[in-house]
Amino acid sequence: MAGQPPSNPVLVVQELRKHYGSLQAVKGIDFQVCPGEVVGLLGLNGAGKTTTISMILGVLEPTSGSIHINGIDLARHRSRALAQTNFAAVYAPLPGNLTVYQNLHVFSLLYGVRNFAQRAEALLEQFDLARFRNTKCGVLSSGEQTRVGLAKAMLNRPCVLLLDEPTASIDPASARDIRHTIRTFVRESGVGVLWTSHNMYEVEEVCDRVLFLSHGDIILEGDPKALPGQHGLRTLEELFIRVAREPWEWEAQ
Amino acid sequence: MNLRRLFAIALRQFYLLRGSAARFLPLFAWVTIDMVLWGFMTKYLNSVTGSRYQFVPALLGAVLFWDLMSRVMQGVTTAFFEDVWSRNFLNVFASPITTQEYIGGLLVSSIGTSLVGLVFMVLVATLAFGLSFAVYGFLAIPFVLVLFLFGLALGIAGSAIVLRLGPAAEWFVWPIPALLSPFAAVYYPLTTLPEWMRWIARLLPPSYVFEGMRAIVAGRAFHATVLFGACALALVYVLLAYWFFASVFRYAVKTGLIARYSAESVS
Repeated sequence: MAGQPPSNPVLVVQELRKHYGSLQAVKGIDFQVCPGEVVGLLGLNGAGKTTTISMILGVLEPTSGSIHINGIDLARHRSRALAQTNFAAVYAPLPGNLTVYQNLHVFSLLYGVRNFAQRAEALLEQFDLARFRNTKCGVLSSGEQTRVGLAKAMLNRPCVLLLDEPTASIDPASARDIRHTIRTFVRESGVGVLWTSHNMYEVEEVCDRVLFLSHGDIILEGDPKALPGQHGLRTLEELFIRVAREPWEWEAQ
Repeated sequence: MNLRRLFAIALRQFYLLRGSAARFLPLFAWVTIDMVLWGFMTKYLNSVTGSRYQFVPALLGAVLFWDLMSRVMQGVTTAFFEDVWSRNFLNVFASPITTQEYIGGLLVSSIGTSLVGLVFMVLVATLAFGLSFAVYGFLAIPFVLVLFLFGLALGIAGSAIVLRLGPAAEWFVWPIPALLSPFAAVYYPLTTLPEWMRWIARLLPPSYVFEGMRAIVAGRAFHATVLFGACALALVYVLLAYWFFASVFRYAVKTGLIARYSAESVS
């Protein structure tokens, strides 16, 4: 994103909080995602990543704060806002009892996709799924199911794409192909992506910017390639481990 | 309301039925068993009572109509359970679909599958056991309408229970028709029931249908206006059931139940 003129963000999160009784899962975070930008949301398990993504997807009501997707307030215009987004998550595979094509057809109707047949053909080709068109998703391998999930996530050409560990549980070769496909999609469509992953190599390769979440708060933000050096460390993984082990040091900053 | 999104839920159900004999055959199998069992039962009753009373339209007709209501309810809950079983809530509810559209899709699915079952039941009852709907006249239409509406209401309420309590609660939902049948006076007149059960029966729209059926078969007077009241009551139940579902859905979004339904097991 460096050197590009700033554009209106496609995702604006302001003062977002989620409390479960006395537990503060997310503590008033603010961030934005611009068109064509891939933002990594990093943190330990339980840091608040999936809670944040669930709130952006409209399946979890924030305690307070606001979410605007492409300028549309999610709390006030849920359907309109969600029509501008889509997601893929390793824990939300598409129904295994429908074929790849049937799943894409059903979700194309849910997301109001025009020219479905044309769009489906393009995605089946792009994700190397054409031969599985009439195969039930339940019998596909993990990598193939991930590709189907990503094809569904791109069906409606969203403004904001949420990817929760999209390459978890797939082999390195498939993961590299998927990262390449997503980067190509981002470059061509200008979609803004919020990406969670525990693979720091992947984050360095794919993300333009990262946000470190710890105990529901963003404690560090920056360019994944420059951040480790700025803190006297060699790799993003080292930085992740340092932040995870000594979060109070960063929270104080 | 966006009809394309409503259609998506119904289309999903159509794809599932088309692709699975295990889902398609039960549309016919259980109703056939019921019709055959009760068909022979009515024949036997006719023979031992010397045909003084028309058991075929009174008893077999009642079984057919009660089965229809149960099928309508199960049509809604089964379509909902498909999302439970495939842990698909996150995918569906993170899309732009509204609760009205989602429930609308379940209702359309149920109406489609129940009509298939109804046609099949009528064919078996008519061809094998001589049940004639001419006995009921035009009142057969409001009979079916009341039972359809009440079945839809039960289906929506059952879905809300499972959404709130988790997949294991489906075992609360399946026996609902059996629990209601003694109060709905499906097989016997309302006067058979003790007074406290009659009060409950009056709150159940199907009881008016079955009382009406028996009155017609026995040649007694029956005012069609009663069925307007039953229709209105059934419609109120549909609205109440929708309100219940929408409330549970709001609770599920507030507590994160929807997200957890997919990410982990709920018990």
